[in-house]
Amino acid sequence: MELATWTYEGPPHVGAMRIAASMDGVHLVLHAPQGDTYADLLFTMIERRKTRPPVTYTTFQARDLSGDTAEIFKDACRDAADRFAPDVMLVGASCTAELIQDDPGGLAKTLDLALPAVPLELPSYSKKENWGASETFYRLVRACAGSTPRDRPQSTAPSCNILGPTSLGFRNRDDVQEIQTLLALLGIDVCVTAPLGAGARDLARLPDADFNVVLYPEIAAPAARWLKKVHGQEMVVTVPIGVGATADFIHEVAALAGVDPAPALAAGERLSWYSRSIDSNYLTGKRVFIFGDATHAIAAARIADEELGFKVCGLGTYTRELARDVRSAAARYGLDALITDDHLAVEDAIVAAQPELVLGTQMERHVAKRLRLPCAVISSPVHVQDFPARYSPQMGAEGANVIFDSWVHPLMMGLEEHLLQMFRDDFEFHDDAQASHLAAVAPQRTAATADPFVADTTAGQEAQIGPVSWTDSAEKELKKIPFFVRGKARRNTENFAAERGVNPITIETLYDAKAHFGR
Amino acid sequence: MTAVLPVDSATAKVERADAAGQPVLRQRGQHEVFCGLTSIIWLHRKMQDAFFLIVGSRTCAHLMQSAAGVMIFAEPRFATAIIGERDLAGMADMNDELDGIVARLLERRPDIRMLVLVGSCPSEVIKLDLPRAAARLNHLHGPDRRVMAYSGSGIETTFTQGEDNFLAALVADMPDARPDAKPSLIVVGSLADVVEDQFKRIFQSFGLTDVAFLPSRSSRDLPAVGPKTAFILAQPFDNVTAQALLRRGANQIRAPFPFGEEGTTAWLNAIAAYFDVDQSRVDAITAPGRARAQKAMERYRETLHGKRIFLFPDSQLEPSLARFLYRELGCEILEVGTPYLHRSHVASELDALPATVRISEGQDVDKQIDRARAASPDLIVCGMGLANPFEVEGYSTKWSIEFVFTPIQGYDQAGDLAELFARPLIRRARLNVEA
Repeated sequence: MELATWTYEGPPHVGAMRIAASMDGVHLVLHAPQGDTYADLLFTMIERRKTRPPVTYTTFQARDLSGDTAEIFKDACRDAADRFAPDVMLVGASCTAELIQDDPGGLAKTLDLALPAVPLELPSYSKKENWGASETFYRLVRACAGSTPRDRPQSTAPSCNILGPTSLGFRNRDDVQEIQTLLALLGIDVCVTAPLGAGARDLARLPDADFNVVLYPEIAAPAARWLKKVHGQEMVVTVPIGVGATADFIHEVAALAGVDPAPALAAGERLSWYSRSIDSNYLTGKRVFIFGDATHAIAAARIADEELGFKVCGLGTYTRELARDVRSAAARYGLDALITDDHLAVEDAIVAAQPELVLGTQMERHVAKRLRLPCAVISSPVHVQDFPARYSPQMGAEGANVIFDSWVHPLMMGLEEHLLQMFRDDFEFHDDAQASHLAAVAPQRTAATADPFVADTTAGQEAQIGPVSWTDSAEKELKKIPFFVRGKARRNTENFAAERGVNPITIETLYDAKAHFGR
Repeated sequence: MTAVLPVDSATAKVERADAAGQPVLRQRGQHEVFCGLTSIIWLHRKMQDAFFLIVGSRTCAHLMQSAAGVMIFAEPRFATAIIGERDLAGMADMNDELDGIVARLLERRPDIRMLVLVGSCPSEVIKLDLPRAAARLNHLHGPDRRVMAYSGSGIETTFTQGEDNFLAALVADMPDARPDAKPSLIVVGSLADVVEDQFKRIFQSFGLTDVAFLPSRSSRDLPAVGPKTAFILAQPFDNVTAQALLRRGANQIRAPFPFGEEGTTAWLNAIAAYFDVDQSRVDAITAPGRARAQKAMERYRETLHGKRIFLFPDSQLEPSLARFLYRELGCEILEVGTPYLHRSHVASELDALPATVRISEGQDVDKQIDRARAASPDLIVCGMGLANPFEVEGYSTKWSIEFVFTPIQGYDQAGDLAELFARPLIRRARLNVEA
């Protein structure tokens, strides 16, 4: 048993739903009790999908368990086939139905449906959402593309498939558009984009392309590996997030297609210049903590390190399937990767790493808010805010621009830091002050908040005063340091003093420590 | 419309509701309804020293997070003990695992006085005996920390029935009233604190001093129960709780539910009548509230009058809401869907509806969607899984989940309740953009 308050991933059948909901002509019949229909609202509310996801739930109840739940499943399959007339039906079970072992695949076979039914094994007690999505996509591709190698149609332009974007994927909608534009610049035809927006019949055309672009290995790697083995299609696994990765991606794709990379490389982005411009100097060495799915976490670390000049002080993922990739990425920054799906462990790691910026999921956003750290969201699990009305990709040139804005805006700007220094004793401008335009309506700040947990964590950073004590004058001097770095200065000074057996801490100790650690 | 909303005094009314030309359409098929676990979202806010530990699967944890939104700031007072492969394969002893998790939780949260183990579909199917685990854990952590158990599993409960099972478990914990106890009242069903306080003030004016609300705000404040105890449901779904209280010797006061001016008046009158409060005094006490409710609803009558409304099943509040819409706002009710119909509790609500209203219990969602489309209503009251797709088809919708999270009972919320129904219509009229 494992204790969870929030989870990074849902159960594997939610992954299967994401594949079905991404496509046309695919319907999932899920053997599941009442209540599992909650997953529909992920699509209709978070993504604001305009139609119900193509899923039928059997809704068995306790009283059915002594009777014939298998019959209920068969009825649901027949009804779904009649009502929705899909091209392909997926059949599977959620966690409870897995326990009653009705074998949805076997049952569907006995029905003589006029359409193919693809059985899914979704082990709910050992696997999770992304695994379920990748397994479902793999099974669908196998079923629709067929295992007989065939000759590719003759065409003038090289062609590829784009594999991996899904419903409820982080910015997948816009990434697809960005990558399609990029491939068009290279003169490469896109044969099929799947699963997002593809029909079941389109999957039959997958082997017609020259190679596959795997945008999200979490979802599409197993299917792409199978296509490579059976249909001999090479796969591009470089994920084009960030300036460098996008260039690598363009070179790799151009080499495979035998085309000139120049037109795509010439498509400008602004991240590079903005990062080089002098006003970005203050970004240098900012400590950044990164956590997310493997794809986005690895990409974020590279951008942070190579393109923005940050210092990566923590890197981790909840994607255990790709833990090895994240570990080797972390090693490049001299870090041990954090591989966990326990958000409390991530919170502890954030506190320990003392970052100045957190790049994470919605979960880390909340942690950062509690710790009063700036944060940008870089990965699923998604939130309604992660489906912005505007075009907002993560990949390609525009993705780099979006990333520059969304990571840098939460930070205090360099000039603002100077102003803070200058006005730090101003009566309207201290760490307890509300924003000045809110002063008239702001309530007086009180030290304790209603929730003990919130109070604990916000206080945590400053309250960890060790056995060393501070002289009054040193304490006063510490107050002159801007509040957003004061906690760090306090900790550094205390560590410095403890290591040297200095007690109490004086003004001298404070500045000795400052000299020791540098900025 | 009849002048006075009937107040039920006996179960004889049950027959009349059916006989009143309202055959119930019973459907089984896909239920687009939450399971009972979801009621933890308001229960944990209501009872502030309780922690709800679901013993279930990753699906349960994901449900809670999706239904509650990832927007809850603080560490919430609920969590899931996720059963894994090792537990099912017998490689780990589930009771030992649970004991370990509970010990860690209680250590982490010293503020928790009551730990509630909540059964789920998987724990029910594998027959994990949570009441027994609770007894064992009580032995370990009691008496300072109370451990109890109930089931919120989807194979047994929908949405609000989770609250019902929790409250029924609380009834078992209530002390016996002393033999010389004075008459007392228990109001059964979660109400927003503001609504509780309003009702408390009215009860005080009635001269009722011994009034308790279930659930109480603290696990330490459970009322005593005995033959001198009367109870009234404030929520129509707390049926098992009502049965449990009856078994403890309490007397049930039956009334329509306190929605709108009429419902609130009938509910308060029933209480006053039970405690022999003089009717003219009751009228005098409720007069200002009745006037305020009427005034507040007046603003929305024009918008809602004659509007045709279709209610999908969600919280079991549907018959009461339909009565409110029909009688107080002049809406036409096409269908009232409810996950379960406890006819004895909602008899007076059904009696107040015309025979043309279709009452449906349970759900086959695809067929119900067909019926809704055929009826072409002005407003569809439904869950979040269905609302946006209906909007795209051109219908106005109201998410039903708001009725369990928003203060809507009592005189001073009657206008707010009307506004919840009016807002989607007003909004649609204002917008000059298409879906």
